Amino acid sequence: MSKYTEDDLREELKTKEYEYGFYTDIESETFPVGLNEDIVRAISKKKNEPEWMTEWRLEAFNIWQEMTEPDWANVNYEKPDFQAISYYSAPNSKPKYNSLDEVDPELLATFKKLGISLDEQKKLAGVAMDVVVDSVSVATTFKKTLAEKGIIFCSISEAIQEHPELVKKHIGTVVPRTDNFYAALNSAVFSDGSFCYIPKGVKCPMELSTYFRINQAGTGQFERTLVVADEGSYVSYLEGCTAPSRDENQLHAAVVELIALDDAEIKYSTVQNWYPGNAEGKGGVFNFVTKRGLCETNSKISWTQVETGSAVTWKYPSCVLKGDYSVGEFYSIAVTNNFQQADTGTKMIHLGKNTKSTIISKGISAGKSQNSYRGLVQISSRADNARNFSQCDSLLMGNECGAHTFPYIEAKNKTAQIEHEATTSKIGEDQIFYCNQRGIDTEKAIALIVNGFSKEVLNKLPMEFAVEAQKLLEISLEGSVG
Amino acid sequence: MDLKEKLVSSFMAFENSIDVDTPIHDVRSEAIKVFENKGFPSKRDEAWKYTSLNSVLKHNYSVFPKQENVLDYKEVKKYFIHDIDTYKIIFIDGKYSSHLSQTTHDGMDVCLMSSALSKPKYRLVIENYFNKAATKDSLSSLNTAFSQEGAYINIPKNKIVQKPIQIIHFSTGNESAQMLQPRNLIVVGENSHVQIIERHQSLTDNAVLTNSVTEIFANKRAIIDYYKIQNDKQTASLIDNTFIKQKRESHVSVHTFSFGGQLTRNNLNFYQEGERIDSTLKGVTIIGDKQHVDHNTLVHHIEPNCESHQDYKGIFADKATGVFNGKVLVEKEAQKTDAFQANNNILLSDKASINTKPQLEIFADDVKCSHGCTIGQLDDSAMFYMRSRGIPEKEAKALLMFAFSNNVLDSVKIPEIKQRITKIIANKLGVNIGFDL
Repeated sequence: MSKYTEDDLREELKTKEYEYGFYTDIESETFPVGLNEDIVRAISKKKNEPEWMTEWRLEAFNIWQEMTEPDWANVNYEKPDFQAISYYSAPNSKPKYNSLDEVDPELLATFKKLGISLDEQKKLAGVAMDVVVDSVSVATTFKKTLAEKGIIFCSISEAIQEHPELVKKHIGTVVPRTDNFYAALNSAVFSDGSFCYIPKGVKCPMELSTYFRINQAGTGQFERTLVVADEGSYVSYLEGCTAPSRDENQLHAAVVELIALDDAEIKYSTVQNWYPGNAEGKGGVFNFVTKRGLCETNSKISWTQVETGSAVTWKYPSCVLKGDYSVGEFYSIAVTNNFQQADTGTKMIHLGKNTKSTIISKGISAGKSQNSYRGLVQISSRADNARNFSQCDSLLMGNECGAHTFPYIEAKNKTAQIEHEATTSKIGEDQIFYCNQRGIDTEKAIALIVNGFSKEVLNKLPMEFAVEAQKLLEISLEGSVG
Repeated sequence: MDLKEKLVSSFMAFENSIDVDTPIHDVRSEAIKVFENKGFPSKRDEAWKYTSLNSVLKHNYSVFPKQENVLDYKEVKKYFIHDIDTYKIIFIDGKYSSHLSQTTHDGMDVCLMSSALSKPKYRLVIENYFNKAATKDSLSSLNTAFSQEGAYINIPKNKIVQKPIQIIHFSTGNESAQMLQPRNLIVVGENSHVQIIERHQSLTDNAVLTNSVTEIFANKRAIIDYYKIQNDKQTASLIDNTFIKQKRESHVSVHTFSFGGQLTRNNLNFYQEGERIDSTLKGVTIIGDKQHVDHNTLVHHIEPNCESHQDYKGIFADKATGVFNGKVLVEKEAQKTDAFQANNNILLSDKASINTKPQLEIFADDVKCSHGCTIGQLDDSAMFYMRSRGIPEKEAKALLMFAFSNNVLDSVKIPEIKQRITKIIANKLGVNIGFDL
């Protein structure tokens, strides 16, 4: 093998095309572009929603109109024209499948390309899939198994029809419509998403998973996810995204709300691989997501995310530690390459006594990308004995990218114990040399080092996801050394 | 009339009192426009998120000193580092006090800004350095607009200044609430070495607001040690804007000791314009009551192979608020940068709060940058250890707190300052221990 130089690596990295860039031609029913009260009503009507839901959306729409787009994040992009987006698109016919054979073969082929074929998934890990293609849930599997345990796992529109009391009680309680610009927008126009309810004392026997994709040209996607874990229950929820290659910027503004009641535990894992734009920074998805969890007494919420895609990411999965003895965790790997920009982090709001939070954030930047960690740790004056540990490490590859850390720490209680540390480094020549010396070629050595760098977070992912995440890391960074 | 309007309108009166036919005056006119546009910073500005000036700005300050006040050395001796021989540049209510001062023109200039601005022989230095480091933010611009008096220190090449230089600003506040805007310029030549001590002291219960700007230029291989002692009355507030430009291989350290004042804001900015530069920023903050201390630091790494060390310790009691906002900016060219930043805090009361935001912005890949930040309490087992050996609680606490802030004191190079600071700390903690024994 000829000598593999840094330049080769960089070249290879540049020319690496988005592997999942394809476009499935499924006839879609798409609303006209633009947003007004009529569109909001139409979305609601389309989904056959009850009156209270329509009103709720309209209120959100009015709130949204009063708000302006935030610009405090460390990202630069051309602001989307919200009147040039179509707010609803659904696959034309929405058959209820009983088996995979009935599914549109073209759609199945799409999933094969993504490497997430349903049957394989079914067999492999017992993962129940709620597949979302362009905002409407097409297939829900393993529903029966879950139903036996009393677990509700369905699309949010179905939940609005069938469990209105649960949705009405919880929706908007963690992320209120007034929370921010994108949350308000999402509340007004969300097309679909997932709903999950785990009854008292039930441990969900399998990983729940949803794949989101953006498929139709010029459509935004606005998912709404609501997970409620009742007292003493446990659920592990997985979410993963890939999106086809497209030149226009696509907007993705999701809202995820988690509610962990007393003694409950929610583990929420994400692999995000939306289309990041090409090597010139053209195209790519705008990912403006509001994710927040509410912890009641003695409960735990754990966020794990692997962010490799999107042109612009704006995402802060947070925990409100309301109950005493509640625990919040945040594990994140954010990889940016080419012209990607990521401003991501978490908020840990300690309100209850003896609350604990852990933040581990790993940022890897290559190419001309900008990668920021922005976090808040807030200890209220009543939160006695609160404990926080934060660690933010950045790895830089090349001198055209940037790594930034903006940790906000606010303590108002004398018993608080907070530790924060951050480092920035590159892959050391000595590390590479050490590996080379032992017969590991440079490319493998880098994979090894990046893997080691991210291990603390990768370890937190469920097995099936860890494999995919590792693959993604390789695609994004393979052999890149500064 | 609010303070902003008052300041803008008094600029004309100020113009009448000074020579306006100098190039410097264009700088002033420019600056007042900037201030008029921007106004005082509010909590909506990211850099002022945790510090509100409202409580400070509400007083009806007199902007110009009306009369010259005289102080007897005996009355104010305790505010001097008096046990060593020093050069002294002393101001009373913004006016130079010749009988308390000891300046020199012997091979170097340790004198006044007013004479440097007016005398032709300083013209070149003023043109090259004045307002060349200060940023155009609203408070610095305000100071620039009214810049007239302060310390002017110019050390030529290859000179080791044997005695430290003390700069003390007294305010007697005999008339009413008073606003002071001292402007200091310090230029240190190649291979030269100087130590400077700065202090702002109010002698009155009337409100005093000081908006100070200090520009420091360290040329090649210069060494500057700068000590800021902030132990003012709780009716006094200080906004200290310090801008330091360093050329290659220079070493500059700034130690800030914040124990007093109602509101203290330190804007400390380092710009590294050469290779192998070393910058040190250290601070101890011990406050109580309703005091507020805000450290806002910036280290801008522009060239390769430089180092910066930041170490800020804070102890907050009663209803005190501490803010630390440290920023390390590493440019793409600044490879092999070694930047370290630490901020450790102890909260002693439930009403006290600390907001800290240590930021790193890094554009170069081959760098070693780290920061650490902690908020915690005194170690119970250490307390128990001492108390079981007969050390009373108060003293044991004081010892622990002193130990906590000790590594900032370690790098203080003038022993008399170290002694003075330990005395202030002992006072502050209400104990009578000689920590240095």
